[in-house]
Amino acid sequence: MNLETHLRSRRSLGKSLLIPYVTGGLGEPWLQIVRAVAAAGADAVEIGIPFSDPIMDGKTIQEASQRALDLGATFSSIVAQVATLDIGIPIVVMSYYNPLHHAGHVRSASMLADAGIDGAIIPDLPLDEIGPWADAADDAGVETVLLAAPTTPDDRLGRICERSRGFVYGVSLMGVTGERAQLASQASVMGERLKAITDMPVLLGVGISNSEQAVAAAASADGVIVGSALISRLLRGEGPDEAFTFVESIRSALDA
Amino acid sequence: MPAPQRGTPVDLTPAQASDGLDQTLGRFGEFGGRFAPETLIPALEELEQEFNSAWSSSDFRNEFSELLTSYAGRPTPVTECRRLSDALGVRVFLKREDLTHTGSHKINNVLGQALLTKRMGKQRIIAETGAGQHGVATATVAALFGLDCTVFMGAVDVKRQALNVWRMELLGASVVSCESGSATLKDAINEAMRDWVSSVESTHYCIGSVVGPHPYPTVVREFQRVIGDESLLQMREQLSGRDPDYVVACVGGGSNAMGTFAGFTDTSAQLIGIEAAGLGLESGQHGASITRGVPGVLHGAKSLLLQDEDGQIVEPHSISAGLDYPGVGPQHAALAATGRARYESATDEEALLGFQLLAETEGIIPALEPAHVIGWLMREAGQSVPTGSTVLITMSGRGDKDAAFVAERLSGRDS
Ligand SMILES: Cc1ncc(COP(=O)(O)O)c(C=O)c1O
Repeated sequence: MNLETHLRSRRSLGKSLLIPYVTGGLGEPWLQIVRAVAAAGADAVEIGIPFSDPIMDGKTIQEASQRALDLGATFSSIVAQVATLDIGIPIVVMSYYNPLHHAGHVRSASMLADAGIDGAIIPDLPLDEIGPWADAADDAGVETVLLAAPTTPDDRLGRICERSRGFVYGVSLMGVTGERAQLASQASVMGERLKAITDMPVLLGVGISNSEQAVAAAASADGVIVGSALISRLLRGEGPDEAFTFVESIRSALDA
Repeated sequence: MPAPQRGTPVDLTPAQASDGLDQTLGRFGEFGGRFAPETLIPALEELEQEFNSAWSSSDFRNEFSELLTSYAGRPTPVTECRRLSDALGVRVFLKREDLTHTGSHKINNVLGQALLTKRMGKQRIIAETGAGQHGVATATVAALFGLDCTVFMGAVDVKRQALNVWRMELLGASVVSCESGSATLKDAINEAMRDWVSSVESTHYCIGSVVGPHPYPTVVREFQRVIGDESLLQMREQLSGRDPDYVVACVGGGSNAMGTFAGFTDTSAQLIGIEAAGLGLESGQHGASITRGVPGVLHGAKSLLLQDEDGQIVEPHSISAGLDYPGVGPQHAALAATGRARYESATDEEALLGFQLLAETEGIIPALEPAHVIGWLMREAGQSVPTGSTVLITMSGRGDKDAAFVAERLSGRDS
């Protein structure tokens, strides 16, 4: 499934887009969680490949990644499990660069494509370094989503939008992933700056923690990504049913 | 040129163009680069510009040089070790970074980066630390410059370097203990980077070694090259114009080694970096990233890394907190690839032997990090290092911080 085409068509229905994040390999039922969030109305799902040194992640996703690694999750085991999914929406992986680099650009891009994974978000691979990976990913048909940050200057923002595939990921605050009591003031500025220069779908993520924040963030962009708020529930022992309820509540708030 | 005298400002000649760096991407051969989160890219670009303009300004260089002299106590001497030389059959000289203010080479880099921090108008400085020496140096200079200072330190290191934690707090820094992963240096760097992603507009990240995204490996090497530039002149004076046969330094991230090598790249000296072999290279419990690592990307740069078959970073091991790191500065990876420098290793046990021998023969108690070099030379003198060779070793720091730990390790032994 083409990620960008799919998101554009959902957007054209006048709906705000919603992409939940699930750490791959986080306990036995993690594929059930993915199915649950898809059923709850996600427009795509982001699956985290756990990494030993996740510098863009706060405590919650650090803990989830460590737990998944302790349970034996690997890049190839997660990809193999994703290949068994049939959820009817695009799947994007979030991976730090080293596991992809280690497996080899061409090999890891084709592993993703073969598993039916449509896109990749690589938080430590900025525009300036994307070349060798992007060539392999483009050839394999994996859409590489670039991040834009509140600190990104205007001219660079334009180049990021041009090179991004699937959508543009606007970082909604100055910081790493993790729940926040309030939506950062940078969120709407980020959304507006991106919307002013690109027609590509713009999603805001990092720190968006509940329905209210999702609605506020989505007002300036095409949609939101929700990660830690879901993962902290899973770390507390909640399962597919609660994940469904949580994502559905954000879905209906966005649709209201 | 005469060797620098104590109290004389050092002439810091501009970096050579032959530093092996492809300026556009910050590459040393295939290594280096800028693999950082988007949030940090503008700050890295600003740092690069600020460094380039500062480093070509004589005002900046004079100010830096003045601080190195009046505050850090440079130039540091080179000491010929007569009794150690007799014991080993090779002529050993030590570059005495242990005699700088705060007791290690780390102060050189911190003074330079603090000046850059001021130029960029930032009020807060953060640092990671392993052995605590870089943290102490940063806390010290933050006090001198009136900057807010936070130091990130792995929980394991907080325990084994308790004296340095106390020193940092006395100096007014807050020390954050990092519990994640192996709770050592790499995790402290992760935590410092996470802080920086949140605070980059007001904060400078004072990285402590020749690691990290471009321009850090170059910035830190240039601020440390004073070690090599001084040593070159001092050795020529001691050796009637000749260069030493071997120039050897320990390698954690690689800043004392890179600063030393920078002075000798155009000589015929053999450059050797000593990594931590921990419990032995075969045990898998070591910090020998060049000897045993494979290419990968960590902490913003491509280099050689200890990692598993899945691309996860492997937890290193070393008796010395400063060498307990799964990566290495990208320029070292490049020097190893071209063969201009060679990388060997010494185990925990060899480091302990070196620690004791230098104390007994020369009255110098080394930090455990450079004690690895002494331990290596004890094994290699008369073997791969022929009898009668001249060997310059960078004594990167003094051993006070390790005294209690080593005392505990050695107690109950017969030797
Ligand atoms: C005395 C001493 N030597 C060496 C090192 C290792 O660092 P580098 O390899 O950057 O010189 C440290 C680091 O903490 C240190 O304290």
